[in-house]
Amino acid sequence: MILHALDMRVESGETLAIVGASGSGKSTLLGLLAGLDTPTAGQVKINGTALDRLDEDGRAELRGREIGFVFQSFQLLPAFTALENVLLPLELAGLENAVELAHTALQRVGLQERLGHTPGRLSGGEQQRVAIARAFAPGSRLLLADEPTGNLDPATGERIIDLLFELNRERTTTLVMVTHDMALAGRCDRVLRLEDGRLH
Amino acid sequence: MALVVSVAAVSAVGFFTDRVQQALARQSNLLLGADLVLTSDYPLSAEFSQEASRRGLLTSHTIHFPSMVTHAAESHLAEIKAVQKGYPLRGRLLISAKADIPATETVEIPQPGTVWVEPRLLEQLEIQTGDKITLGQRTLLVNAVLRAESDRAGDIFSFAPRLMMNSEDVSSTGLIQFGSRIKYRLLVAGNASEVAAYRHWATPRLKSGVKLEDVSDARPEIRNALAKARQFLGLAAMSSVVLAAVAMALAGLRFVRRNLDACAVMRCLGASQSFILRAHLLQLSMVGLLGGLVGCVAGYLAQIVLSRMVGGLLLEGLPQPSLLPALQGLLGGLAVLLGVTWPLLAKLRDVQALRVLRSDLPVPRLANWLSFSPALAVVSVLILWTAKDARLGWIALAGLTVFLALAVLFAWLSVRWIRSLGRAQAGSLRFGTSNLARHPLSSISTVAGFSLGLMALLLVTLVRGDLLRSWQATLPPDAPNRFVINIQKDQLAELKSFFLREGLPPPAIKPMVRGRLVAVNDKPLDVSRFDERARRLVEREFNLSWAQDMEADNRITAGHWWKPEDAGLPMLSLEQGIAETLGLKLGDWLTYDIAGTQVRLRVVNLRKVEWDSMRANFFGISNSGMLEKFSASYITSFYVPPHRETMLNRLVKTFPNLTVIDVSAIMVQVRSIMDRMAGAVQFVFGFCLAAGILVLYASLAVTSDERALEYTLLRVLGARRRQILLAMLTEFFLVALLSAVVAACGASVIAWFVSHQVLNLTYLFDAGLLAWSIGIAGVVIPLAAWVGLRKTLNLPPSRLLKST
Repeated sequence: MILHALDMRVESGETLAIVGASGSGKSTLLGLLAGLDTPTAGQVKINGTALDRLDEDGRAELRGREIGFVFQSFQLLPAFTALENVLLPLELAGLENAVELAHTALQRVGLQERLGHTPGRLSGGEQQRVAIARAFAPGSRLLLADEPTGNLDPATGERIIDLLFELNRERTTTLVMVTHDMALAGRCDRVLRLEDGRLH
Repeated sequence: MALVVSVAAVSAVGFFTDRVQQALARQSNLLLGADLVLTSDYPLSAEFSQEASRRGLLTSHTIHFPSMVTHAAESHLAEIKAVQKGYPLRGRLLISAKADIPATETVEIPQPGTVWVEPRLLEQLEIQTGDKITLGQRTLLVNAVLRAESDRAGDIFSFAPRLMMNSEDVSSTGLIQFGSRIKYRLLVAGNASEVAAYRHWATPRLKSGVKLEDVSDARPEIRNALAKARQFLGLAAMSSVVLAAVAMALAGLRFVRRNLDACAVMRCLGASQSFILRAHLLQLSMVGLLGGLVGCVAGYLAQIVLSRMVGGLLLEGLPQPSLLPALQGLLGGLAVLLGVTWPLLAKLRDVQALRVLRSDLPVPRLANWLSFSPALAVVSVLILWTAKDARLGWIALAGLTVFLALAVLFAWLSVRWIRSLGRAQAGSLRFGTSNLARHPLSSISTVAGFSLGLMALLLVTLVRGDLLRSWQATLPPDAPNRFVINIQKDQLAELKSFFLREGLPPPAIKPMVRGRLVAVNDKPLDVSRFDERARRLVEREFNLSWAQDMEADNRITAGHWWKPEDAGLPMLSLEQGIAETLGLKLGDWLTYDIAGTQVRLRVVNLRKVEWDSMRANFFGISNSGMLEKFSASYITSFYVPPHRETMLNRLVKTFPNLTVIDVSAIMVQVRSIMDRMAGAVQFVFGFCLAAGILVLYASLAVTSDERALEYTLLRVLGARRRQILLAMLTEFFLVALLSAVVAACGASVIAWFVSHQVLNLTYLFDAGLLAWSIGIAGVVIPLAAWVGLRKTLNLPPSRLLKST
């Protein structure tokens, strides 16, 4: 059993940090919140929709509509350009003005000169900025970040976090961030500690 | 898997040809019916049989000729063999009282007044044992069904069924006349050293037109067919080896990429470079050996199909194959595997240990064109060795290379064009389309690999079906469909009257004498300077004719036709094709031996003959006044409407010595043989198609990690399974479309060449071919891709978090 008797609520617009040691179940919790996995018992609701009532395609649709992701290792598609990576969730959602939204998102993160670059030609920081643009472009209301600065040097990581929180404030998204960095966690409204599968 | 397919393909062909080769080696004297045979167009001098008897050897004479056999209203062409007591000296005869009961071996021959016939002739004449048939001027009783004669086995060039009779009855049939197409054979058997001594005695005494065969050169037509089968089937199998090598290279790339970090760790822990190389070589060898053994088993099973399809055409009762083809297939496969993977393993050996600390170190460039030169060399050597003919081998190698290069070029240009389309489509379709451009290695290698096998299959199907039908369709509807030979001079007027009585126009009847070319420009002919085909032409007798006027379907290409006042001058008109084959030209003096008399004729013109017209034509026609002094037989050809075929029975009854050859029946037989051979070639090309699919799988494996990330991330970002599946199917349907276009175009170009250069037809691109091509590729490739990517499509999206 990775997680035990978790009971938590995240309010709209709140920023929440989940901290814990390696192997404490942080990524598992994040996966449950995103609907990437289903709990063996209990329920996860997002904006009143119970995820266990949806099939995998239903959860995928909800993710596309409601949730943005920022990963530790960026998870950009290597064969796609920066623009194409940001376009992915927009096209999957069938948005008419996908290109315009993608351009705007990349401009907002300062990568308007890098639209045609593939991840191999971008620095780590630039890749994470593309990932942030991808997360915010569809207008997601919930942002899940898994160790967003884990693969960056401290200076770059600082800039990325500043950008993340800035966009979060602008868009009034709900942010749930998994991190082992207490200083980073301290910038959130609330911190929950995950220890031996339990939240404290 | 790639190794399995390539070893299976090569060993299947090897096993099959080995079986036929063994059968030939073991059964040669059975196939001859003796230890040594002398064959002649004229009765052999008695000295040959006398000398054989003097040496204590067994002898027996046989006479072979085609003739019509009649029963009631039916008559059919049969191959007549007249035998003496003692036949066969080697091998066996199997007969039965009826066609549907088991046969028994016999040491007897048909008694005088009786005949044994093959089941096919029973069916054609609608008779059974106990009935009587008419052969020439004799009526003979059918008293057994001939089920097997070992020296006829595999006689694929004989279209008529066999009738065996006692040689004492031959003269009373009245069928042996001047100009009849008769083969006289003396069979000799006995102690091997005495047979060899007899051969030594007989060889210098052989006159022109007498051929001597012993067990080492028995059944040259089967040996030639086997040699050709080995060449072409072997080269067909080589195409799958080439593709298997591509698949191995792709799989090797993936293996190396995945093991770079592990090797870096091993180097850190103290492993030397040679240790790493040895470890991976050992692993590769074990995999290769296992794959090769499985391939040999698969090849053995596959040759059973080949033997059933084609083996029976050549020989009956093929023995089990030896292990040599398995060894050859295995060694060849391992050589290709090593050639392909050696450069990649060398990269593993050379990986830097620093990689464990510096993951940002660039991945070493794993391969370029030079890396695969050992593999190219191995494959080239294998192709040349398989062809056993340098010219054919280089043509095959060049053809494969050109085709693959063009396929790769076409695929690359298509991928670039698709990339330039940008955002023309929507959603899943665009994702699938653009993925084609994002995985160029996968797309291009699959197009090149799959299209080769598909093109080969389409081409064989085209040649087997459409081209032959097109050629036949160009014949006018009333083109002659019957040839008649063995017409005697004193029958000419009566024959013309016969046709008039039947209400049919009397056909043109042409004289024919048979002469052997013995000298050119007064120099004795040296047959050793000719290639095999020319030698076969020049060693037999030519059918010569004479005429004052040129036939309407002939055309002068050099020189001039003679005038009436040239009668009696030694002039010859030579067919252009045979002139080229034998290296003869305008102005050459040719000396022919006609029934022992030498005649010198000068080539005064070259002619092009429309052989397709189905009219009787000749390679050599002389001026009038030159050949009339020789005894001639006459031939003709004519059209018989379908509803008038009964007149043929009356023709044979009125003129029992005539031989009527049904051209359409021969064409059906030829088509049937070609169909089976083409089927065998297509079967072997099936391995090529399988290898093409393996290239697809190997290319999927190279990109599998990328695709896993793509599909999983898409699911995380909101894609439904259906959207991802549609995108994947779009991508691979486009690959299929490109493969189909390449295959259809390749097959069409080659078919155009064959129809234009060989069959002299106008060939138009067949849209149906493209449709078939798209149909096959459009199903096979996306289906194969779906099978290969099914697990990747169903990966849980949560793995994306675990991978961070």
